[in-house]
Amino acid sequence: MKTVKRSIATITLATIMVVSVSCKDEKKGAEVTPIEKEMNDTKATSMSASEDVKAEAILSDYFNLKDALVADDNSKAKQSGLLLSKSLQSLDIANYDNKNELKDIIEDANEHAEHISESDIDHQREHFKILSKDLIDMVAVTGTKVTLYEQYCPMYDGGSAWLSTKEEVRNPYYGSQMLTCGKVQREIN
Amino acid sequence: MVGFLGIQFFPTTQNESDTVPITDFVLVNTVPKSVKEKLEISCYDCHSNNTQYPWYNKMQPVAWFLKDHIKKGKEELNFNEWTTYSNRRKVSKLRSIIKQIESAEMPLYSYTLVHREAIFSEEDKLMVINYMKSLKDSIE
Repeated sequence: MKTVKRSIATITLATIMVVSVSCKDEKKGAEVTPIEKEMNDTKATSMSASEDVKAEAILSDYFNLKDALVADDNSKAKQSGLLLSKSLQSLDIANYDNKNELKDIIEDANEHAEHISESDIDHQREHFKILSKDLIDMVAVTGTKVTLYEQYCPMYDGGSAWLSTKEEVRNPYYGSQMLTCGKVQREIN
Repeated sequence: MVGFLGIQFFPTTQNESDTVPITDFVLVNTVPKSVKEKLEISCYDCHSNNTQYPWYNKMQPVAWFLKDHIKKGKEELNFNEWTTYSNRRKVSKLRSIIKQIESAEMPLYSYTLVHREAIFSEEDKLMVINYMKSLKDSIE
């Protein structure tokens, strides 16, 4: 008898749980739908536009990060680092050749982007150096639609490179301290 | 007080392992004995799958605090999983190891406070950093 009572109690409890969960879902689903639809729409358009969209998104986040470092802006660099980490994680590697190399590059770059999202500016610049090397290598695999300039500062940490969309040098490793230190090392088309 | 007594009944899983995996840093690299010992004493508690726990790990909330530290430490760098990292990541890790030891950010102050033997003397720093630099050059 005791067992029966207990199982009835269990079944009742389980039913209440299932019902309450499904109610919640239904409500949530109804609220979310219009936004979700909108998101799916944008996704569909961007996917059909070009397979390079994600690589371009990575570069665009990287340039925001670079600009924040040029401006000595620690908190903006943190935000950009976080966004960059997200776009790195969403790159669809299957679209490219050299998948293994690209996977290694993205994994490493992501680790540096994550660190940048939670460090002081000196550390951000240390990580930015390796991150830049990773992205220069990434571009060699993914290519680029816009002209990029690989720039180089011989003074920072035994010589450090970075990417820019402009030919004019704005140094992310020193910021206002030595804004124009560096040179264009290579043009990437 | 009741809360303190209460949380003593929540056990945590220990970060302990009897075997050193074949992917381990000191197994696959020809690490000098002195460097190996320093790494094991100063780094392996949080950066490997085997922690030599202190007695007070039997107490909460200490055990939670340590568990969290070890989890983060292993995420950053796990010496036991060295060969699973790509060359690119090995170089990145070595670079960070060198920087962290150079700037005395590692081992953590909260760790050396209790583990005095984990402190890096100037000679220790030089010895470990030189080894890490040579290893990094050999991979790059």
